[in-house]
Amino acid sequence: MEEYAATQLRAEPHKGDPQGLPLMVEAIDITKTFGDFKALDNINLMFKGGEIHCLAGENGSGKSTLVKVISGIYTPDKGTIVVNGRNYSSITPVQSMHEGIQVIYQDLSLFEHMSVAENIAIGKLRETNQRLVNWPQIYEIAAEQLSRIGVNLDLRQELREASISTKQLTAICRALAMDAKVLFMDEPTTALTSREVDRLLAVMSELKKSGLAIIFISHKLDEVFRISDVVTVFRDGRKIGDFPSRDLNQRRLSYYMTGREISYPKYQRTSPDEPSFIELKDLCKKGMYENISLKLRKGDITGCIGLLGSGRTELALSLFGLNRPDSGQILIDGKEVSISSPTTAMDHGIALLPEDRAVQGLFLERSIAVNTTAAVIKQLCSSILGFFDFKKERSAAVDSIKRLKIKTTSEDKLSGELSGGNQQKVVLAKWLLTKPRLFIMDNPTVGIDIGSKSEIYEIAQQLAHQGMAILLLSDELEELTSNCNRIAVFYHGRIIKLLEEDELKDPHTAVFINAAIASGDIAKAQAAAKAARAGAAVQTSAAKEGK
Amino acid sequence: MKSLHLHVKGQSAKLMAESQESAGAGAPASTQNSWFKRYFIADANLNALCFVFILMAAVCALAFGSSMYSGANLQSMAFQIPEFGLIALGMMLAFLVGGIDLSIVANACLSGIIAGFILTGQWLPGLEEGSRIALAVVIALTLSTLMGLFNGILIATCAVSSLIATLGTMTFYSGIGMALTGGRSVVGFPDSFTSMGIAEVGGVPLIFIMFIAVMIIMAVMLEKTGNGRKLYLFGGNPVASLFSGINNKRMNLAAFTAIGFLAGLAGLTIIMRVNSAKVGYGDAYVFQSLIVCVIAGIHPAGGRGKVIGIGITTVLMQMAASSFTILQLSPYTTKLIWGLMLILVLGLTKDGRKLLNMLSQSLKKPAARRPAGSEDA
Ligand SMILES: Nc1ncnc2c1ncn2[C@@H]1O[C@H](COP(=O)(O)OP(=O)(O)OP(=O)(O)O)[C@@H](O)[C@H]1O
Ligand SMILES: [Mg+2]
Repeated sequence: MEEYAATQLRAEPHKGDPQGLPLMVEAIDITKTFGDFKALDNINLMFKGGEIHCLAGENGSGKSTLVKVISGIYTPDKGTIVVNGRNYSSITPVQSMHEGIQVIYQDLSLFEHMSVAENIAIGKLRETNQRLVNWPQIYEIAAEQLSRIGVNLDLRQELREASISTKQLTAICRALAMDAKVLFMDEPTTALTSREVDRLLAVMSELKKSGLAIIFISHKLDEVFRISDVVTVFRDGRKIGDFPSRDLNQRRLSYYMTGREISYPKYQRTSPDEPSFIELKDLCKKGMYENISLKLRKGDITGCIGLLGSGRTELALSLFGLNRPDSGQILIDGKEVSISSPTTAMDHGIALLPEDRAVQGLFLERSIAVNTTAAVIKQLCSSILGFFDFKKERSAAVDSIKRLKIKTTSEDKLSGELSGGNQQKVVLAKWLLTKPRLFIMDNPTVGIDIGSKSEIYEIAQQLAHQGMAILLLSDELEELTSNCNRIAVFYHGRIIKLLEEDELKDPHTAVFINAAIASGDIAKAQAAAKAARAGAAVQTSAAKEGK
Repeated sequence: MKSLHLHVKGQSAKLMAESQESAGAGAPASTQNSWFKRYFIADANLNALCFVFILMAAVCALAFGSSMYSGANLQSMAFQIPEFGLIALGMMLAFLVGGIDLSIVANACLSGIIAGFILTGQWLPGLEEGSRIALAVVIALTLSTLMGLFNGILIATCAVSSLIATLGTMTFYSGIGMALTGGRSVVGFPDSFTSMGIAEVGGVPLIFIMFIAVMIIMAVMLEKTGNGRKLYLFGGNPVASLFSGINNKRMNLAAFTAIGFLAGLAGLTIIMRVNSAKVGYGDAYVFQSLIVCVIAGIHPAGGRGKVIGIGITTVLMQMAASSFTILQLSPYTTKLIWGLMLILVLGLTKDGRKLLNMLSQSLKKPAARRPAGSEDA
């Protein structure tokens, strides 16, 4: 068992805050290494009650590692954690829980076969060593916590049927039920729609008011600015500094994070204007999408935007042979094809970067090298006996690591040990090796830092310039407007509008798109865009007059 | 616990990285060394296994001395190893694809019985001895392979969990054997057939050499070919393999068909050696092969484990069995010890508990384990 030293060095709890916010957790000189690799390097940090504290930094900068050190999952090599005035040179998960530290991990670790109420109450009941199931009490605990965060959930719903957002709120309530005083949330918004994000951020503000210390990690900078009071920036395992968020703006924050100016490149199609090589004609799948018609030319980056359930992912799966359409045609080079499996999709030169990289994209327990070659095993085999060429695999992996700037010590590192962004690059590398003609990317930059994002955009645009067609599914409007030369707007399984290159030049398309995906009503959306245009015109003329 | 585990993982990855580096240095003298490193030292599990093996060998040397290491005893061990070893290799394949195969022994017995009927001339009478033997071998192996394929079809296309499917076929295959023999042994094989079971080359039993050959072929196929790589990937994460364009269905079919073939070989080895075929021979092999797989580091959730591990563990088990014989334990005591071992291995090791967990899961929700794989059109 781990040794723990709870000596009371400080007589008085540290209260150095001008606003008088109580200090909840302090990390002093925390260092954590994995082998020779320093994931955290002398980190000093304070978390205060009644404050939302963001941790920002590139992929692999050590944010999650810090969370794991404070919650007792990792033992630091050096340093002290001070909680409620008690010093720990290393803290166990149980101690950390007793001190009121709770973590909402991305996988949430809930009991899928139990109801919302049971999941909320179970931690507390277990702590009080209760053996008998006491249903009224379970519902009472659950209802109490839900009312604390001011949301309504169906207490009896079984969790595996619930949405991710419900699961997340359940996890938060479970933490609250166990008297959380410090709540860590590691990228809680990646799987949420924008409306669910709003709800989550509202809950967080509510909790902040009740005095909790909330530590929030997200790569979406707009969320960071909306919610946080303090931002701590990490780079390569070191702390760059603590900044009150009112003193920051997006540009400065991304500069602190990456050490360079980040700007997203804007895509301009350069391929010769030849006819489309893939054409979808009236593709239908009941309950998922209907009458999808779309032509894709070489060098097209076609964006797909829409709310959850708008049918984009389902269409992507159909093109990759994992969701057979009911009717309609897929034409490749003018010939009708039936894509019945991923293998046939790959034979036609189609690749899919799936939504869920941990489950669908990666073999987490295998090395980077094995992962990068997983889709080209056949090409790496001798033709007669099928012997696998390990040398070629190695060189392919080394090349990919160089090309995509994957941050790793070696190509033999397990992909599960990489940080999120670098994991995504491995999946990207896997598909680039297949040299696809059509690359479908389903939310390729979820959980990826802004620096890597711009790198991935550069790669995608470079590939498009070389003649690859890309179908980019994304929830981030900025991602689409800077990368796509066309955007298809999805609503309830239909493409309600295909915006072409010149329409995208209009700065008010963003207004149009946002209105369109929410209402599904083109006329209304156009009116909204028009209004915005008029408003802008008034403003500029007013500005001129003022001069 | 958790942090400990993560540390170990990190370390083995590091070790692997180091061994790769030295391989990259490429001095011919060190190549062999780094191969060895990569194979044994970098693999924490094999590492531990080798250690246990050396310990066991030493303990046996101290406790039993020449009664364990006499030529005669070593030879008798080498005669007994192959039949069980083949079954364990089959179970390993099932583990690799994240499944289990309870029907291996039933399959082996039934193919043995069918071979027996042909060998004794009860079926296809009037053939001369040579062609009778050849035909018996071919038909037994073909049928056993088909029985394996049948399991594969149930699992891959009908999306039945392997536990349920093979529990069913185990009863089914035994039932056929029962109907054919009425529970009696089939005896009276030609001498030229049974003599193969006791033949030896320079003191090493022929069937042992065959077993080693099978092991080498299987290791090469699994670890050196593209199809082997695909099988490992499928076992490790069937969803990701599906999304990587690997034909999941074919992987399940291939694994269970190969298990059928191994069962057929085991069946022939058995009747060759004991000169009779009957239903129910070697019933205990099923759970013993589970123990062997878990000890050998074959991950029950699929995708990990090496053939050499099965080889070492099979020998380990045979040494244990041999020491029971030397100690003249009664059959009941022996059974008791095996049972205890099963409980210990399954209950106390991480992989064992995972296996138990999986088994109970698949009993509850028959087709729940790999929905994405079954969707594969
Ligand atoms: N168990 C581990 N073994 C080895 N290395 C690890 C382990 N866990 C993390 N690392 C390494 O430590 C570094 C920091 O990882 P961490 O997960 O803390 O990054 P992060 O800031 O959370 O990144 P992201 O934004 O991508 O989630 C990474 O380079 C990662 O590869
Ligand atoms: Mg992280």
